[in-house]
Amino acid sequence: MENNTIIVDHIEVALEGERNLLEVIRKVNIELPTFCYQPELSIYGACRMCIVEVEQNGRKGLMPACSTPPVPGMVITTNTAQIRKLRKITVELMLANHNMECTTCSRGDDCKLRQVANDLGIEKVRYRNIVQPAEIDDSSAAVVRDSSKCIKCGNCVRVCREIQSVGVLDFAYRGSDTVITVGFGHGLGESACIGCGQCLKVCPVGALTPNFQIDPVWAAISDETKVTTAAIAPAVRVAVGEAFGFQPGEVLNGKIATALRMLGFDRVYDTVFAADETILEEGTEFLGRVTGGGVLPQFTSCCPGWVKFVEQFYPEFIPNLSSCKSPQQMLGSTVKDVLVTKEGLKRENIVNVSIMPCTGKKMEAKRPEFAVDGNPDVDYVITSTELIRMIKQAGINFAALEPSEFDMPFGEGTGAGVIFGASGGVMEAALRFAANTLGYEPKCEQLRGEDGIRSADVTFGDITVRAAVVSGLANARQLMEDIKAGKAQYDIVEVMACPGGCVNGGGQPLHEHHLDTVARRTKGLFENDVTLAHSSEENKQLVAMFEEHFGKIGGHKSHELLHTTYVDRSKNI
Amino acid sequence: MSINLENIAASFNERMDQHKYRIMICGGTGCIANGSMEVYEKFQEVIAAKGMSVSVQLDKHESDVVMSCSGCQGFCQRGPLVTIYPEGIFYTKVKASDVEEIVEETLVKGNIVERLLVVDAETQEHIKHVHEVPFYTRQNRIVLENCGHIDARDIEDYIAKGGYVQAKRAVLEMTDEEICQKVLDSGLKGRGGAGFPTGLKWTFARKAVSEKKYIICNGDEGDPGAFMDRSLMEGNPHAVLEGMIIAAMGIGASEGHVYVRTEYPLAVERIKLAADEARRMGFLGDNIFGSGKHFDIFIMEGAGAFVCGEETALMSSIEGKRGMPNPKPPFPANKGLFGYSTTINNVETLASVPIVLAEGSTYGQLGTENARGTKTFALTGNVVNTGLIEVPFGATLRQIIDDIGGGVVDDDGTVKPSNFKAVQIGGPSGGCLTPEHIDLPLDYAGVQKVGAIIGSGGLVVMNHQTCMVQIARFFMQFTQNESCGKCVVCREGTKQMLDLLDDIIEGRADENTIPLLEELAYAVQDGALCGLGKTAPNPVISTLRYFRDEYEDHVFNKHCAAGRCKALANYVINPERCKKCSLCMRTCPNGAISGSREEGYRIDPAKCIKCGACQAACKFGAIEVK
Repeated sequence: MENNTIIVDHIEVALEGERNLLEVIRKVNIELPTFCYQPELSIYGACRMCIVEVEQNGRKGLMPACSTPPVPGMVITTNTAQIRKLRKITVELMLANHNMECTTCSRGDDCKLRQVANDLGIEKVRYRNIVQPAEIDDSSAAVVRDSSKCIKCGNCVRVCREIQSVGVLDFAYRGSDTVITVGFGHGLGESACIGCGQCLKVCPVGALTPNFQIDPVWAAISDETKVTTAAIAPAVRVAVGEAFGFQPGEVLNGKIATALRMLGFDRVYDTVFAADETILEEGTEFLGRVTGGGVLPQFTSCCPGWVKFVEQFYPEFIPNLSSCKSPQQMLGSTVKDVLVTKEGLKRENIVNVSIMPCTGKKMEAKRPEFAVDGNPDVDYVITSTELIRMIKQAGINFAALEPSEFDMPFGEGTGAGVIFGASGGVMEAALRFAANTLGYEPKCEQLRGEDGIRSADVTFGDITVRAAVVSGLANARQLMEDIKAGKAQYDIVEVMACPGGCVNGGGQPLHEHHLDTVARRTKGLFENDVTLAHSSEENKQLVAMFEEHFGKIGGHKSHELLHTTYVDRSKNI
Repeated sequence: MSINLENIAASFNERMDQHKYRIMICGGTGCIANGSMEVYEKFQEVIAAKGMSVSVQLDKHESDVVMSCSGCQGFCQRGPLVTIYPEGIFYTKVKASDVEEIVEETLVKGNIVERLLVVDAETQEHIKHVHEVPFYTRQNRIVLENCGHIDARDIEDYIAKGGYVQAKRAVLEMTDEEICQKVLDSGLKGRGGAGFPTGLKWTFARKAVSEKKYIICNGDEGDPGAFMDRSLMEGNPHAVLEGMIIAAMGIGASEGHVYVRTEYPLAVERIKLAADEARRMGFLGDNIFGSGKHFDIFIMEGAGAFVCGEETALMSSIEGKRGMPNPKPPFPANKGLFGYSTTINNVETLASVPIVLAEGSTYGQLGTENARGTKTFALTGNVVNTGLIEVPFGATLRQIIDDIGGGVVDDDGTVKPSNFKAVQIGGPSGGCLTPEHIDLPLDYAGVQKVGAIIGSGGLVVMNHQTCMVQIARFFMQFTQNESCGKCVVCREGTKQMLDLLDDIIEGRADENTIPLLEELAYAVQDGALCGLGKTAPNPVISTLRYFRDEYEDHVFNKHCAAGRCKALANYVINPERCKKCSLCMRTCPNGAISGSREEGYRIDPAKCIKCGACQAACKFGAIEVK
């Protein structure tokens, strides 16, 4: 073959290393409907929607585009009468084993199945509906599964196994009785599920959704005896706008603050404040371990999925986890402590609501160590997706809102805190703090990048810090095995369960091509960073609070409020 | 270490010649189920009691009589089978209670127990010797030859029949290229169903660049009514292992796996024993045949999923994953088990390999232009002689059903040529052949042309009391139960096809049902991921092709000519036979029968639930189904 090209629907396309025909076909602006294809996962080839006609060496046949490697000289036709008919029948078959109560499905308008069925003009399913009654598994605080909506594309099974190396989901039974289930039919909440919610990001239908907490939040807002606070995580500000016509990565904390006040929250805070608080504590802890001969490497503990992963699979590394609470939990305990002490409010009358990009944070807030006499530090956690829904429920025209400021003292944040939302951000913020503390230039961009595992030696004078940044728990598992085998040595390691960090959390708005969206959200955070104070100790409200309220960084009071302990959960898996 | 196979064979034969009698009992699964092991033990007991010395072949003792236990001899209908050598006296349907008489008459007095002999259906003569039985003489038993003639547990017995000579040659004397070329030249095609040229498959693997290579024997035979591979593994496991050694030398594999379903316990036991024996002899393991080469074989028991017979699903299963097929490409020759180049051959294919490799083999001259050699078939259904047979490609249904099978039986046991309605060939992936194909030479292309496949060799014969819609439904239920659930069209499509067939059978069908069924059948064929899914609709497509009027009779007339579809049955009382006893009325659970002793009784079809209770109760046969 002299030409490295193929023909797709009469258009000649040059091959540039595409892995499969689907990538080539998308290059000529043809969007074949797919349910089981996810570029970051292994090829599955089960939904049969991307079947195309391939002519090669004089032979013609139907091939799935996702699993067929392009070969120069192929002639591809994506849209024949036979293919149209086949696609229609395939979708009809899925619908015949699907709970079609679409109007009350929490997936709403962005259900891929509904969209494709509509595009194909399916007005009637000619086959008998054989769906089994809904078995709803809401045992997990993070994710709810509704088997009656599952189309068995297997995306959740593969993302859990391949990206997160957790593997709590798999297929069981055969034929039309095939289901996706947790081992032994247990609920997700009793399983090794770490709550990351990556499964629901790849679910094309409403079978996997965040465990919605909108109703209790409305109830708290309406309860006049309660002071209801809201706090938004860094990654939320670059994603919520996507539901209202903004581009991924546009920083909209001002509009979000206004919307939260309009929804009825009494105080509107910024979790970035607590990110800075985390850096002061965790950075100090790290310097203490380095100078005091403590256990190294120190692992970050911001990500609840990662923390549970260590507790389950690597309990021998629990001493390596930073004892610092995550920013969400630091803010929760700080807010309640300060409001009680300074304003004389009763703890039980304060309702802290976190708005997170993360479903795992819902599980984290329910950990018993994060409560005082049964009263949780964070009362409710809602995701970006749920905030969007609340804004829509209230009829707020988000795009037109005037921006407003967060409430003080928990409304100030530095750029170092903002970049917590992206993989590598916590590490960079910690290094900025360390550099300042040790008297060096706080420019620490060595660990930025998109790879799942990144590492660098960061030098401050005669001190060299061996640092690594990891996202995706399969990558983390590899790193842990390397550390165990003595193949890698580090002093400090940041791990985020979701690939790319919190910007790609399971609570973020869903997108067809989410990898591109993640990159844009990350860019947005780093652009926001340079407009703000550079390092966490420059957060004036925070510094003042330490002076007035906590005393010393890493001192007795902060240990009581801002640090935690972990549990060996290896027997539970 | 040099291994002299000739010496082993000679000393084995010498030892066997010392025995006055050798009694070969069929130890195939069918005969064992009918009590052949009790017969085997009874013989030892009775012979010893008569004052003769008796030994078991495996013990290798000197004695008057030696007891051997073979694998499946194929004539399952007539089991348990007992053959007494050197003469080859062939007794069938032998029970433990017959043993006393056999020993006394045949072994002691030299007489024949006539009532246990096979009777020739045409001449009504008793047939004394195994080599004269028409069931066998009308076949070409080549791959199956040793099944039934050797003790499957004794590696020396296999060596005495020329076993492992070809493996030794392949290991010591032939290049990988020569081996592949020889197999290619023989025209051997995969016997598992797809009929892909074996030599070509091996050549792909031979040329593949891979750090490690595997050869897998696919023994996950799962078609309803098929037991060719089981019989081979039970009856001649060493032939399969020898084929694998040759294949390994041809493609450069260092490790082999036999994947055999756990529902074949005897096959598992025998193939495991065979591998241990081969290892003990130095045919497997390090330094095989003293060559310095390493090749070993492991036995993996499959949990019984039909889909694990599909090669990519089979490999997933060996890897410890759920047995689900994966898209091809990549093909196993390039990226197979654990990511390495892998060749997967069916049991029968591998057992054929030593035969085609032999110098001067005429095996490839049998058969037809596009299908050379022989094929084993599991002959079942409405036929006199059910069992395992082997014929050259190009044999006709007439030869198989009438000459070997002894003709089609009606439900009442009569044999008439007009009883023949159809055969299902190729199992759930196959189709049906009808009286119009009775003289069609059976080979891959010929059968495919008429809408069926040779498949792995299941052959179910059906008479006129068979409802073809029910047959289609049977296979559809099977494929739906066995669908791995991965791709949409197979998982959901076969379920919906099953539902539509149920509509037809249960009287709910309307004018849309057949078109919907047919459209869906072709969609599953076009759209399914793996070979099993793509072929799952074949029984429906094929019965629609040849028996559409039968389908239409069900749909439009709500009538099943074979009388098999209960919901379509119309119960009526024949007044000429009715004695007006009222028993039917009193038996009917739904009050559908009314009348009086004076006027007689009638069944209200609207109320009748077709349970058949009235018919069972009537003492005069007055209740008929129309």
